[in-house]
Amino acid sequence: MEYVAVIGLEVHLHLKTKTKAFCGCSTEFGSQPNTQVCPVCLGFPGSLPVLNKKAFDYAIKTGLALNCKVQNFTKFDRKNYFYPDLPKNYQISQYDLPLATKGYLDIEVEGKIKRIGITRVHMEEDAGKLIHKENCSLVDFNRAGVPLLEIVSEPDINSPLEAYEYLSTLKSILEYLEVSDCDMEKGSLRCDANVSIRPKGETTLGTKTELKNMNSFKGVRDALDYEIKRQSEALNRNEKISQETRLWDAKTMVSVPMRTKEGAQDYRYFPEPDLPPFLVSDEQILGLKNEIPELPTEKMLRFIKEYGLSEYDAKVLTSDKKFAYITEERIKKYPSANKKPVVNWSIGPVLETAAASKMEPADLIIPGGDDEFIKLIKLAEDGQISNLVAKSVFNESLKANKLATQIIREKNLFQISDESSLEKLADEVIKGNPGPVQDFKSGKTNAIMFLVGQLMKKSGGKANPKVVQDVLRRRLTDV
Amino acid sequence: MDITKNTVKHVSHLARIDLCDKELDKLAVQLKSILDFIDKLKELDVKDVNAASHILPLNNVFREDTLSESLPLEETLKNAPQKNDKFFGVPKVIE
Ligand SMILES: [Zn+2]
Repeated sequence: MEYVAVIGLEVHLHLKTKTKAFCGCSTEFGSQPNTQVCPVCLGFPGSLPVLNKKAFDYAIKTGLALNCKVQNFTKFDRKNYFYPDLPKNYQISQYDLPLATKGYLDIEVEGKIKRIGITRVHMEEDAGKLIHKENCSLVDFNRAGVPLLEIVSEPDINSPLEAYEYLSTLKSILEYLEVSDCDMEKGSLRCDANVSIRPKGETTLGTKTELKNMNSFKGVRDALDYEIKRQSEALNRNEKISQETRLWDAKTMVSVPMRTKEGAQDYRYFPEPDLPPFLVSDEQILGLKNEIPELPTEKMLRFIKEYGLSEYDAKVLTSDKKFAYITEERIKKYPSANKKPVVNWSIGPVLETAAASKMEPADLIIPGGDDEFIKLIKLAEDGQISNLVAKSVFNESLKANKLATQIIREKNLFQISDESSLEKLADEVIKGNPGPVQDFKSGKTNAIMFLVGQLMKKSGGKANPKVVQDVLRRRLTDV
Repeated sequence: MDITKNTVKHVSHLARIDLCDKELDKLAVQLKSILDFIDKLKELDVKDVNAASHILPLNNVFREDTLSESLPLEETLKNAPQKNDKFFGVPKVIE
């Protein structure tokens, strides 16, 4: 039977503030254990939480960027449960009045736009970190109290690929907003998935399972692939799907049911008495809305319109905010109306070099900066140096930290387009290759390509191949 | 509101309080009388009253995102019943 997957994603992300959500402790990652804690985030009696204004603003901005309605009245609640990584035995979260609701995110899958609903966006605090040893567990509370944003999608996602695109699009927006590092490896972005399947054409929902412990976007896609297959096979065997939480293991590519504590979860939410409620005026919302920069999709559409880029090129260029910015600066500085060469160079050599040296493309240092980069592109575009030469000059310039134009001058790499010097070389090639010359003359016109290659070799790659062909053709028919 | 022995058992488990059979019986009766007393509030007409989440006339209390000093490690771990190097130690938990 054919099934349709129904997937909802729950994303938790660290907001990029200097200090925690409710106290002044640092949020820095990787410090010595338990050195970024205080009475508030350790839950000592008598301590009082006070909300970080920046975290609140970041949360509202994210809600707005996800097309949500930001609530004018919001409050925090206590979610009660016992676990050793939770010092207060409750987590400050939001229950019935989340900060923002009813938004959406447009994703592109196989050339089509699909709208994924956002149920809610709310703020909460992270818990500490547990390290399990032989006889005991160790707790580091540095992460306890770090501001988290929870973004819950509607179950509008129908395939692992859509889930992947949703996460990539979300990440790109969050990076543009500069509200989170979105680094799954460091745990600053985490994703859980709810998934069920139903026979195609039917509307009744199947039993859903919750997937946890994926530590990359690819991991989410793989875990969903596995789970959809597992559920389909179970249903085909007339087995029941049990509602459970499953942990993904990226190494074995298999998920296993989590050992559940007996009894359903009962969090006994109630309003957090230590934090008075928050009123957000329409003016405040508008003010924050105005701080939102041009987002990736808008930028992509503008690039297509303003610089005549293809959709693919525009998408590649705008997926990273900083790279989009510096590339646009270069496009603007490039002196010709046709901007395509700068785009090709940015998507080609720049991205390739950055990837090869595991650098962010925006951090790639080009000796002499944009001016040199543009000069090099222009020289290649005007045929003064060949494209091949230009690319090797680019690589050498970065490697040796030397100006591209200096390398071209020193090595005398300018393309030879001067016909009289090429004629001399052409005659030498014709004399040295009687076979192919005979072939050409007897009508095998393709043989000229061999002669062009020979001449290019003789010129050390500097001859202008177009001119070479003209000259050769002329000499072959003249002589 | 009906408070059975099972309700008390559930709540005591949530609060991690161990109760014996006799205590469960006794507390079920007591809790029921407390809740019945609170139920008196239901007699009030609150049709035109908005639900309140807080009692103080306060809102929008914020702090700026500026660092303040954290506790020294010795101080942090001073009263921990179990510690291990720089960590708090707890009975082993398995996810
Ligand atoms: Zn703290």
